[in-house]
Amino acid sequence: MNVEVPHRQWASLIEPGRVHGSLYSDPGIFNLELEKIWYRAWVYVGHTSEVPNNNDYVTKSIGPMPVLMVRDRQGEIRLLLNRCPHRGNPVCVIEKGNRSSFTCPYHSWTFANDGRLMGYAFPDGYEGVNKSELGLSSVPRVAIYRGFVFASMAAEGPTLEEHLGGARRAIDQLCDNSPEGEIELTAGFLRHRTKANWKFILENECDGYHPGFVHASIFSIADSKIGELYGAESTALTRDFGNGHTEVDLRPEFRRRDVPLSWFGTTVERLPAYAAAMEKAYGPDRARKIMIDGTPHVMIFPNLFIAEIQLFVIQPICVDESIQHVTALQFKGAPDLNRRMRQQTMGSVGPAGFLLADDSEMYERNQRGLAVRDPEWLFLERGAHRERRDENGFLVGHATDDLPSRGIWRHYKSLMETA
Amino acid sequence: MAIDNGLLQEVSQFLYQEARLQDTHAYDEWEALWDDDAVYWVPANGEDSDPEKEMSFIYDNRSRIALRIKQLKTGKRHSQTPPSRLARIISNIELLSAADDGIHVAANALIFESNMRGETVWASRNEYTLRRIGDTLKMTRKKVALVNSDKPIYTLSFLV
Repeated sequence: MNVEVPHRQWASLIEPGRVHGSLYSDPGIFNLELEKIWYRAWVYVGHTSEVPNNNDYVTKSIGPMPVLMVRDRQGEIRLLLNRCPHRGNPVCVIEKGNRSSFTCPYHSWTFANDGRLMGYAFPDGYEGVNKSELGLSSVPRVAIYRGFVFASMAAEGPTLEEHLGGARRAIDQLCDNSPEGEIELTAGFLRHRTKANWKFILENECDGYHPGFVHASIFSIADSKIGELYGAESTALTRDFGNGHTEVDLRPEFRRRDVPLSWFGTTVERLPAYAAAMEKAYGPDRARKIMIDGTPHVMIFPNLFIAEIQLFVIQPICVDESIQHVTALQFKGAPDLNRRMRQQTMGSVGPAGFLLADDSEMYERNQRGLAVRDPEWLFLERGAHRERRDENGFLVGHATDDLPSRGIWRHYKSLMETA
Repeated sequence: MAIDNGLLQEVSQFLYQEARLQDTHAYDEWEALWDDDAVYWVPANGEDSDPEKEMSFIYDNRSRIALRIKQLKTGKRHSQTPPSRLARIISNIELLSAADDGIHVAANALIFESNMRGETVWASRNEYTLRRIGDTLKMTRKKVALVNSDKPIYTLSFLV
């Protein structure tokens, strides 16, 4: 089923305080999302640190579609579509490596890692053919913000900076936690297959209402203060940056504690090398502020979730199946912090993680619940009466409010209504 | 090495017992099989990744094993509430070496899991290091190399 939903119908499925269940379960709507979101809007693909050297490549994706993220012979980041223009085969099936060209194994067509067709076997059979038109396709627009590589399959549209808007602050906040101002993704990804629509995952990332319940099993036994951040008394804020980007801003809680590295459940005394490197890089006052504020909890629409110490990429596979790719954030110049980030990440996320196994259980139950016919709607009104504007004009609410979901759906609706 | 049939039988019994305790969610009894310097490792992205530098699905020391068991026992580990129904076959048990540093064993495991999502088959090549303490064996290391560790996998919250 792939039927165009008339524009007027989006308003009948997406209301300010509720959304219709079919948005998560209708394969026709999923196919429209591919055209109007995944193959048009800015989508996060990877990080430049994953291809540090010229000719490095790694297989990535834009929605369900595989792409090759390449650093070409000149050092430029390119996103190539992994499909031989001859008979459609992938030209590369090895997940990552270093090579300056790709040869399709079917008929030996060979492409430079800028996509150019270098040659084919027995060229006399192609007399009169314009070789320059038979290269690997490239993603029309590639843009990089602080090492984060984004792609848009549309030749025209808003710039990446316009798209990120106020959410750039969260990415800047993240990078500031490195003494060198850069993050690196070097620890490899855990890949968690989940039988649920991608938007259940997207909405949960800044849902501050669930942690105290979904994660009660681990908060009750581990020496963790995460539960307090999402309690009824929390001063943390949910924020809607517009363009579908949302965050839970935990800085008010960390500032109230006023203890550097408390955000990470540790102290300067336990990470002396890191603290010293931060002071050297930023001066004592700024370093202290950065180490109090910690890292962000921000969901960059539609697929990049920065969760304090982890980076998640949400990949839709079909209407009721998604993959969560997750790795530990690593800060350039902070080996002692990085080691602990890896250990905590392995404990908490991925298919066996103390946290994410249970989040994913909820996503799969969300999906199965849609088979029940009444009520047909999902309810999003929590905190609607207490939304307010912050000093930058962004909507903010209590840590446990549905404000992020409402922001996501507002943006989603505008994308889906665009012809 | 010449096959020590007595040791092979003892080791096989130990592995079958471990499998039964896992299948039946006998959490305390399973935890009691571990010695204090335990490492419980389920690598991701192939079986040769370096768990000190790269992500693994599970890379638990003794205290994290204890936390894992404690979480399961809260009754609020939602991905195991209700618990997966499990049956596993342990086979191809091979004694690799037996020396002062422990008894090294390899085996294959095939696990059938049934839960609310559906039915899932898991297959792995396992490695164990066992230690003799008095007249019992204890586990000091268990590595579970899932054959599909290089692909996205479903939630894995039962004891593998």
